[in-house]
Amino acid sequence: MNRFDYVRPDTISDAIKALAVPDARALAGGTNLVDLMKYEVARPSRIVDINRLPLKAIETTAEGGLKIGALVTNSDLAWNATVHEHFPLLASAILAGASPQLRNAATTGGNLLQRTRCYYFYDPSTACNKRVPGSGCSAIGGVNRIHAILGASDECIAVHPSDMCVALAALDASVDVEGPDGKRNIPFTAFHRLPGTEPHLDNTMAAGELITGIHLSRCDFGINHTYVKIRDRLSYAFALVSVAVGLKLKAGVIEKVHVALGGVAHKPWRDLDAEAALKGQRPERAAFAEFAGQVVAQARGQGQNDFKIELARRTIIRALEQAAAGTPQHQSNKSLQQEK
Amino acid sequence: MSVTEASHIGRPTNRVDGPLKVTGQARYAAEYPAPDLLYGYLVGSTIAAGRITAIHLDLARSVPGVVEIFTHENRGKAAWLDRSWRDEVAPPGHPFRPLHSERILFDGQPIALVVAETYEAARDAASLIHAEYETAEHCTELERKRSEAYVPPEKRSGIPPPPDPRGDAEQAFEEAPVKISRDYRVNAEHHNPMEMFGTTCVFEGEGRLTIYDKTQGSQNAQGYVTSVFGLKSKNVRVVNHYVGGAFGSGLRPQHQLFFAVMAAIELERSVRVSLTRAQMFHIGYRPDNFQTVSLAADREGRLQSIMHDVVAATSRYEDHQEVVVNWSGMMYHCDNVKLSYRLAKLDTATPCDMRAPGAAIGVTALECALDELSYEVGIDPLEIRRLNFASKDENTDKQFTSKALHACYSEGAAAFGWNERKPEPRSMRERQELIGWGVSTGMWDAFLQKAEARAKLSADGRLEVSTAASDIGTGTWTILTQIGADAFGIPLEDVTARIGDSTLPTSPVEGGSWTAASNGSAVQAACEAVKQTLFKHARKMANSPLAAAELEDVDVSKGRIFRRDDPGRSLTIVEVMHAADLQAIEETGKVGPSLLQMTKYVSYTHSAVFAEVRVDEDLGVVRVTRVVCAVAAGRILNPKTARSQILGGVVMGIGMALHEEGITDHRLGKIMNHNLAEYHIPAHADIEDIDVIFVDEHDDKVSPLGVKGIGEIGIVGTAAAVANAIFHATGKRVRDFPITIDKLIAA
Repeated sequence: MNRFDYVRPDTISDAIKALAVPDARALAGGTNLVDLMKYEVARPSRIVDINRLPLKAIETTAEGGLKIGALVTNSDLAWNATVHEHFPLLASAILAGASPQLRNAATTGGNLLQRTRCYYFYDPSTACNKRVPGSGCSAIGGVNRIHAILGASDECIAVHPSDMCVALAALDASVDVEGPDGKRNIPFTAFHRLPGTEPHLDNTMAAGELITGIHLSRCDFGINHTYVKIRDRLSYAFALVSVAVGLKLKAGVIEKVHVALGGVAHKPWRDLDAEAALKGQRPERAAFAEFAGQVVAQARGQGQNDFKIELARRTIIRALEQAAAGTPQHQSNKSLQQEK
Repeated sequence: MSVTEASHIGRPTNRVDGPLKVTGQARYAAEYPAPDLLYGYLVGSTIAAGRITAIHLDLARSVPGVVEIFTHENRGKAAWLDRSWRDEVAPPGHPFRPLHSERILFDGQPIALVVAETYEAARDAASLIHAEYETAEHCTELERKRSEAYVPPEKRSGIPPPPDPRGDAEQAFEEAPVKISRDYRVNAEHHNPMEMFGTTCVFEGEGRLTIYDKTQGSQNAQGYVTSVFGLKSKNVRVVNHYVGGAFGSGLRPQHQLFFAVMAAIELERSVRVSLTRAQMFHIGYRPDNFQTVSLAADREGRLQSIMHDVVAATSRYEDHQEVVVNWSGMMYHCDNVKLSYRLAKLDTATPCDMRAPGAAIGVTALECALDELSYEVGIDPLEIRRLNFASKDENTDKQFTSKALHACYSEGAAAFGWNERKPEPRSMRERQELIGWGVSTGMWDAFLQKAEARAKLSADGRLEVSTAASDIGTGTWTILTQIGADAFGIPLEDVTARIGDSTLPTSPVEGGSWTAASNGSAVQAACEAVKQTLFKHARKMANSPLAAAELEDVDVSKGRIFRRDDPGRSLTIVEVMHAADLQAIEETGKVGPSLLQMTKYVSYTHSAVFAEVRVDEDLGVVRVTRVVCAVAAGRILNPKTARSQILGGVVMGIGMALHEEGITDHRLGKIMNHNLAEYHIPAHADIEDIDVIFVDEHDDKVSPLGVKGIGEIGIVGTAAAVANAIFHATGKRVRDFPITIDKLIAA
């Protein structure tokens, strides 16, 4: 429990000014940051409590999209009528995560910034390149059952823990950020990073920037979508593998397909080549299996997590079947139904 | 005077402590206020073996509010001899002594206590302490130490070693037509009660300490403190009125007790020390184990040979022992039995009894093996259990005081619908989900321990019953109130129970499922003694209507003592006490095991557990959709709290089957999943229908109350029933618990 400054600005510009000191951190729901402080992983010099900023609205855009304020809670977003009707994939993914208490506190912006659940990241007595750059990766050769099978590096095999972000990746969302140098919009797939040689960086935000909102374009996946999450217990556990699918079917063939995977990489995983190959095909198991095989073709296990490769393959197929049948997974139904 | 007709015992009764708990008025150990309270925070070692070469405290000392930092270099005085550190349930060995020396015995071992004016200052300062170590080679991996396993030379008190072999198990195995030999493992588990371990040690002055501790035994904690710190017994009072779960982790004194008391004595101020959830992963655990079970049968399924060999983990410094294999020699009839139990030393904290210690893992392996054998024989898994019913304990050649296990089988099977089961694995399914049904027998001790109680009947008719028992969520407050109320035929509201205080009449630690039988019977005995005294005074009164009565002719109810053959001939309690010039009648009662009876009889609780699982064929996701647990536990004092105990046990058994596992990085000797996000216990979504049945079982020998106890039986057999159901569903036999998705995908 380190000592830190605490400020609670009322405006975005004041917040950005307040964040312009080394190791300042924004606090929204606090569901991850406070844990990290207790574990001595985060030692902010200053907490900028952004809960008074005017970022709590969910607005429909002229094109039929959505603009979601960074401080909208996960619960408010999941149960918003427009989100439910037009972006059910997003609502479903949110409800697959955490618990009602956490979702009541956690925010949209904070969800993007939650950090990995790698055991070593949380234990300051161990080496972790994400926590202390250059110190090494204890998970390689260690306890890595929950770790990455795609896009990992020799420096880091951690995975991004969010469910909501997997849906946002599938929905081609974008992120509004604002900082000392002004505003910019980052495509969702470019927001989170792969670990590479700089695993301490989770995303492409610059120092001092603040997430102000999420943009969603009009969605084609109102009917044919699903979010399937596989975990070690039936609720309140991070994904071993999760799959978000959005399909658009026309005249019996796949016109558009977006598939994002969670629990397998340092960021929500999309395979655009595989998606392109699936386009124009009939929504049948053989095509789904080929797609799944292509997605996991590059996957590499670390020993304990080898099973995730096969699990990911099977989960992709199940999710595509659910989406094609227009029978999305209901998150309170723990049977992962398969339409015949 | 016979036992009054029961009106509270046997009736579903709400917890008398419930309103205090749900309104936050029930105080737990770390919630008691004290003037000028200081806060302690522990610093743990970051290596598993070796020694501290330097410990840097300057940064920590500079944090405002820090009062003192204790390390092995400046700790307070404490006892020298091992025996002074040995609590009443300690295993043989050298008990752990916090800050004793620079030597490190396990990862997370406390190496410093920061004491500060606030908890936050203490915690902040603790993060600034840096220790340097000389590391030694460590091993936390049981597999690597299996070949060095040994039979513990000194036995742990109360833990019978495996019986001598009977018959010739090896030859019978060779000759039998049907046989299996399989290896099983139940990975290490951690207790994780809701309430964190905490101690508030109130420095009362004049050498007196009042200690609020999270413990399952106030007197065990009190004995430890007086012995370790050389204090007078009358000066140390330990209070544990309410305990937020423990599952065995509070049987032995834990680190926070030593540190709070040591700091309070050294600083002459009140001190509170609480452990964090992560720190609680270093205070004992259900030991990792490797088990080999070999079973052989004739072609009809009658057991010809049982062999069960176990190697379980212990620490470097103590030989923690449990009864793991003995069950395999007494659950079923078999003439040829060979059992062995060995330990292997790891660089971890000493394991610690956890709900149904020994049985929970040993019976799991036996019951899975028996299930496997049933398929080899080609007989229904329930039938093979009935066929091999043991009508006596063949380990000791003694009779059971009662054993209504057949009723458990039949009532459980009927409630579950077992006769609808299709025998073939993978024969039941609904769309993508394979459905399986499994069964297991469960068994646990029905102990009666030495216990004392006091009962005090006031002239106004109110009753107080007291004993130094603990209620770790089990319902002890309530059953003692019920027993007292029935003794005098008064409402529950007129009875005050007092427990959770070392100054009360002698009680063992709360564990082993013995509290209801032992402390309950002691309370009943004390109440009987009060009634006798009341009667003595009543008969002596001038013109007493009871003058000619004998003790067995009278009864007490609703404030009156009366002749049962002529209830009109009676006196009020007020009249009797007034005439005798008494404000109250106070008597004590004692119970303990009958050594004479123990030469002929043994007592056990039995159960039959039936489980239904649905397993996603492709994805390996398991849902436990139904469990029926039929229990024979003698007399049930409070069906409501008793049912809760079985529900909790079954949930924990499902956790053993599917979820719970302490995951260690053996390179570092560190437990990695030391929080409730990554150490998985069942969530609500994992639990569906659980049906609890208490079958009729009359037992007039097990305890004066006829009670057996139900705290642990619910977990025994549940993991096996789930595993057996998974096999029936999928045809896959996973012998390494918990049965997680990776194992089902790979199998």
